[in-house]
Amino acid sequence: MIVAERKPMSEIIEMVQDCKKVLVLACRGCVTVCSAGGEREAEILSSLIRLGMKKAGKSIEITTGSLVRQCDREYIDEIDQWDGEYDAVVSTACGVGVNFISNLRKETMVYPALNTTFFGGSAEQGEWTEQCAGCGDCVLHLTGGLCPVARCAKSLMNGPCGGSVDGRCEIHKDVECIWQSIHDRLASFNRSAQMEVIAPIRDWSSAGHGGPRKIVRDDLTV
Amino acid sequence: MSFDPAITLFSCHYTSQQSCAEEGKELEKLGFPSSINLVRVPCTGKLQVTTLLKAFEDGADGVYVVGCPTDGCHNVKGSMRAAKRVAAVRDALEELGVEGGRVQMYHLPRGLHPEFVAKGKEMDRRIRGMGPSPFQN
Repeated sequence: MIVAERKPMSEIIEMVQDCKKVLVLACRGCVTVCSAGGEREAEILSSLIRLGMKKAGKSIEITTGSLVRQCDREYIDEIDQWDGEYDAVVSTACGVGVNFISNLRKETMVYPALNTTFFGGSAEQGEWTEQCAGCGDCVLHLTGGLCPVARCAKSLMNGPCGGSVDGRCEIHKDVECIWQSIHDRLASFNRSAQMEVIAPIRDWSSAGHGGPRKIVRDDLTV
Repeated sequence: MSFDPAITLFSCHYTSQQSCAEEGKELEKLGFPSSINLVRVPCTGKLQVTTLLKAFEDGADGVYVVGCPTDGCHNVKGSMRAAKRVAAVRDALEELGVEGGRVQMYHLPRGLHPEFVAKGKEMDRRIRGMGPSPFQN
């Protein structure tokens, strides 16, 4: 899922300083699952904005709503139901949602309530870790299903650097050296030889270094 | 500056049994501060962050929660969940530039005991010391 976390309240209060009416808009997609921008978090944020504005001696009217997702046109269209109820939208979606509202609703000012951080998973309740960098050229079939692009601090493609000690990364003892884990996992499948295959110099254009990426599926367009 | 605070207490049925004793008069007789508005809930684990924030929005100068001891909650982890939510509200208050001490969690034994009144007095003293809520503007 896309993992995100709420921006500092000082930043959010600054955004809505001049607003009289705000729509705090939750997303029931990824950010609900990572407890950053679902309906519950939007209710909390609404309350905090009201309190923050009250402290600043200002009043603000807040409507709290949610969309199934904020990354598809048909759901964005549902914002129409709140027409006239806001000066600006504070979106608790990821950055995709904020962009999508901006793209599709020229007359609507939209502010981000979250910092969108990474593609990750949650192995322990309340804890998320980055697992994928969305680089557009997956090598997981060569690395035992563990990603060196996202999970190696240096995104190395040919084994660990010299800083790996006891299976831990030199940047932090809490972080596993993913190349050690790749080695151990390949070994458990009798595929250690894969470690000796030299990965070629990588073309990072698929990772966004060549500009914004786009996928068109002709079979899905009518 | 002297003022009469408004304090909201959320307490579970088990730790607030004194509020029922002597037809509800025992707490008053024991000197429980009149500034405290007691809201009984089946379990403090039921409290959401929004419930606590709403109390501040409704004019509370301070909010506190009394739940079972962490190793003796009737609902196993209810009071632990409440403590986490109180901590989240404390962090949020501090983010807004407000004293985190305006919200507090206490874990107290169940049944009739003096600590329930003592913590009420402690909270009353603390909030009087802090003055009115900055959200009262």
